[in-house]
Amino acid sequence: MHNPENAESPRGATDLTRREFLIAGTATVALTGCMGLGTKSATEMKPQQAAATRVSFHVNGKPCQLELDNRTTLLDALRERLHLTGSKKGCDQGQCGACTVMVGDRRVVSCLTLAVMHEGSLITTIEGLGTPEHLHPMQTAFVKHDGYQCGYCTPGQICSAVAMLREIKAGMPSHVTSDLTAQPKLTADELRERMSGNICRCGAYSNIAEAITEIAGRTA
Amino acid sequence: MKFDMPATTNPIDQLKVIGKATERIDGPLKTTGTAPYAYERHDVAVNQAYGYIVGAAVAKGRIESMDLTAAKAAPGVIAIVTAENAGQLDKGNLNTAKLLGGPAVDHYHQAIALVVAETFEQARSAAHLIHVDYERAKGAFDLAIAKNSSTPPKPGFGGPPDSAVGDFVGAFESAPFQFDATYTTPDQSHAMMEPHASIAAWNGDKLTVWTSNQMIAWSVGDMAKTLGIPKENVRLISPYVGGGFGGKLFLRADALLAALGARAANRPVKVALQRALMMNNTTHRPATIQRLRLGATKEGKLTAIAHESWSGDLPGGSPETAVSQTRLLYAGANRMTAMRLAVLDLPEGNAMRAPGEAPGMMALEIAMDEMAEKLGLDPIEFRILNDTQVAPDNPAKPPSSDPQSKAPEEKHYPHPPFSQRRLTECFRTGAERFGWNKRNPVPGKSREGHWLMGIGVAAAFRNNLVMKSAARVRLDNKGVVTVETDMTDIGTGSYTIIAQTAAEMMGVALHQVVVRLGDSDFPVSCGSGGQWGGNSSTSGVYAACMKLREAVAQKLGFDSTKAVFADGQVRDGGRSTPLAQAAGESGLVMEDAMEYGDLDKKYQQSTFGAHFVEVAVHASTGETRVRRMLAVCAAGRILNPKSARSQVIGAMTMGMGAALMEELTVDKRHGFFVNHDLAGYEVPVHADVPHQEVIFLDETDPISSPMKAKGVGELGICGVAAAIANAIYNATGVRVRDYPITLDKLIDRLPEVA
Ligand code: FES
Ligand code: FES
Repeated sequence: MHNPENAESPRGATDLTRREFLIAGTATVALTGCMGLGTKSATEMKPQQAAATRVSFHVNGKPCQLELDNRTTLLDALRERLHLTGSKKGCDQGQCGACTVMVGDRRVVSCLTLAVMHEGSLITTIEGLGTPEHLHPMQTAFVKHDGYQCGYCTPGQICSAVAMLREIKAGMPSHVTSDLTAQPKLTADELRERMSGNICRCGAYSNIAEAITEIAGRTA
Repeated sequence: MKFDMPATTNPIDQLKVIGKATERIDGPLKTTGTAPYAYERHDVAVNQAYGYIVGAAVAKGRIESMDLTAAKAAPGVIAIVTAENAGQLDKGNLNTAKLLGGPAVDHYHQAIALVVAETFEQARSAAHLIHVDYERAKGAFDLAIAKNSSTPPKPGFGGPPDSAVGDFVGAFESAPFQFDATYTTPDQSHAMMEPHASIAAWNGDKLTVWTSNQMIAWSVGDMAKTLGIPKENVRLISPYVGGGFGGKLFLRADALLAALGARAANRPVKVALQRALMMNNTTHRPATIQRLRLGATKEGKLTAIAHESWSGDLPGGSPETAVSQTRLLYAGANRMTAMRLAVLDLPEGNAMRAPGEAPGMMALEIAMDEMAEKLGLDPIEFRILNDTQVAPDNPAKPPSSDPQSKAPEEKHYPHPPFSQRRLTECFRTGAERFGWNKRNPVPGKSREGHWLMGIGVAAAFRNNLVMKSAARVRLDNKGVVTVETDMTDIGTGSYTIIAQTAAEMMGVALHQVVVRLGDSDFPVSCGSGGQWGGNSSTSGVYAACMKLREAVAQKLGFDSTKAVFADGQVRDGGRSTPLAQAAGESGLVMEDAMEYGDLDKKYQQSTFGAHFVEVAVHASTGETRVRRMLAVCAAGRILNPKSARSQVIGAMTMGMGAALMEELTVDKRHGFFVNHDLAGYEVPVHADVPHQEVIFLDETDPISSPMKAKGVGELGICGVAAAIANAIYNATGVRVRDYPITLDKLIDRLPEVA
């Protein structure tokens, strides 16, 4: 089995660095957290004796500062530290898309990127798109077209769909785009190809495609 | 309330709310990521620690030694649970293999340890420091070999292992047209999107587990039994389930280990089964080998039908009941079925969406296509010719189909009539809508550029089961109706149809109903499984609402048989009172269950459908693309056409997976499923799925329940794969009898590229 611990460089060489990280981290404990987001204090969750780094990014428009075990994925930082559990962990291996969030305008599977790599990033999660009382148009369309069943892939599908439409607008081609220099259009093939990183085992695809098509038509 | 007479007119027939395409009431929560799934309950217990499961690295054998030293010393580690330190553990009634292995190992990735640490990263890291030495034992991993030592299984959910009517052998031998072929279906994985996950917290000797489970009462029982504690001390809470498909019917390792971890750590512990463990650690749909023999007259009347199926499971396990539908689907005077079970040391085989019928229909409905061709008949006409309105072969069932019931066997009806059976109409309706008459019956003759085009059809069939289900309804002084039942919503739409039922019964608007599900403190429901959930759980709500209506009428001095509940008012003759007022300050609470008499014995209750598929197979590469799909279903009253349609398209999608890509690949030397993640185990994605169409025939079945409904969630998967296989044959002339139909099975037999 792959062992991330054993894969590290020999002990001793990195120990000092770790301690330094920790000292630096402890000194700034009071400052960590996320403005306006319910979060555990850093002391409560502080990893012991593991390399830790302080990272600052924006989540749904709010500045956050966290001291994190370097091994923490962006997904776990969101779910376990910031308690933003809308982003789902379906596989933790980059295979399902349930953890899709937006970094800037780009879709990212947040289980496949470490949180500490996101210094300064502008991150949008499903919670940043809409609330049950004020749904984002894509969320409304998913409800209307029943583009979900169990709901577990759904936040990822919605984040992916919103970013996917932006990607098309920005002229990014996909595997099925025949003319790489022309402005891509949201054909059924383009939609299905571009959404294929988001698995829905409940099989709501046909309905999801209808929801996205409705929104694309509106924003085109 | 007992349902032992066919339903007459009742408040559900008003169809003001029921039967209307209704957006899910849990939609705003699910689409905003605010519906809380099990692992996400930061709100329910403070100071949660993280558990990480270690799976066995051998399929069969013993743990010789387990060195925990390095793991224990690793940063953040609080406790490590193993069989050695977990104390005396029993095994759940519904588990075949133990959930915590050691020293004996029963299957690959059986849990053998849980590492509990302050953070997920620490727990994962420490788990990798555990060193285990195994003594590997020889095991049986190859069904084709183990088949030879298979035996008749105990009667179970799928009835007795053998059945016979008339003289099959004689009739088959003398039939002018004979067909004999063997098919295989592979092991398949539920692969639901939400991994099995639980948070456990002890309060003294009381255990609460927030989990992801389809059957709350079953799993409370098995948790209590496994831990050796009273049932009353166990509470399970599972309001949102991120998919199950049968994979979350039972207590699994995440829940048990969270409970053990929490006990060891003396604080709440959360555990999610890692994706890479799911396919070998949990249950799967077992592979089958199926032999079909059909004999027919030259006019196409079936005179002899035989279906034999072999599957394997761990010792003490059960068979894949792939012959079930063949006892009921087509007429034929002489017939036999047989199921045989081999011992395999692979992970535990168990129910996955439409157990029995899903793989059984994969074989039977290709065989029917092959036989039709042999007879020179249209495959639809051949099936219609052999339609029947009575059950052709209904062997005596075991005492109860509920594994936890001890009810005695009831009277046996050898050929009960179907309560409703509109299979022919499903075919006719579908043929017209899909353009069946445009299909060229000669295979390999339709081309579109590089693509070979084909159309295929298959019947859909799945039994309708009814299960006892209870609910509690509360009416408050604002006229709000709250329903509580331990029923689960696994994506099926339970929240919404239960709300619709209560709204219809009490005469209030949908938004006046609150539905609370999935808590073992609520009355015991039928749970989600076997496509019985929709009909049975709403029938339980119907029963409770009937009682509440009586209580309201009585309180107001109205005649409960005449009182009309509508628009938030109760009316009796000229008198009318707002429901809110009737409830009074303290409100009214009523609880009841729906139980069933023998209408499901006197009548054969089943659901029917027809699947139509158009495929394109690439003439050079053999790649198959599904172009169009249509399902026509006759399944009683459709309570919510919107979510019911979704159930069917989801099932069609899973059936497409079964046809074209899904296969757990067995390492026959070491005994495990090799492709144990979502990259290796392929399931359909957006790019695979075309627009799907579903037609529900307008139907009510008063024999089934007061809701007059049946199930659709499993009907939708039964037959899809065969329809695709038949379409591929129609496109290419290549008959593949071993699923999945991947391009390597086609490529060297494709017609010459012109
Ligand atoms: S959880 Fe990130 S891709 Fe599956
Ligand atoms: S809604 Fe269940 S996986 Fe997509």
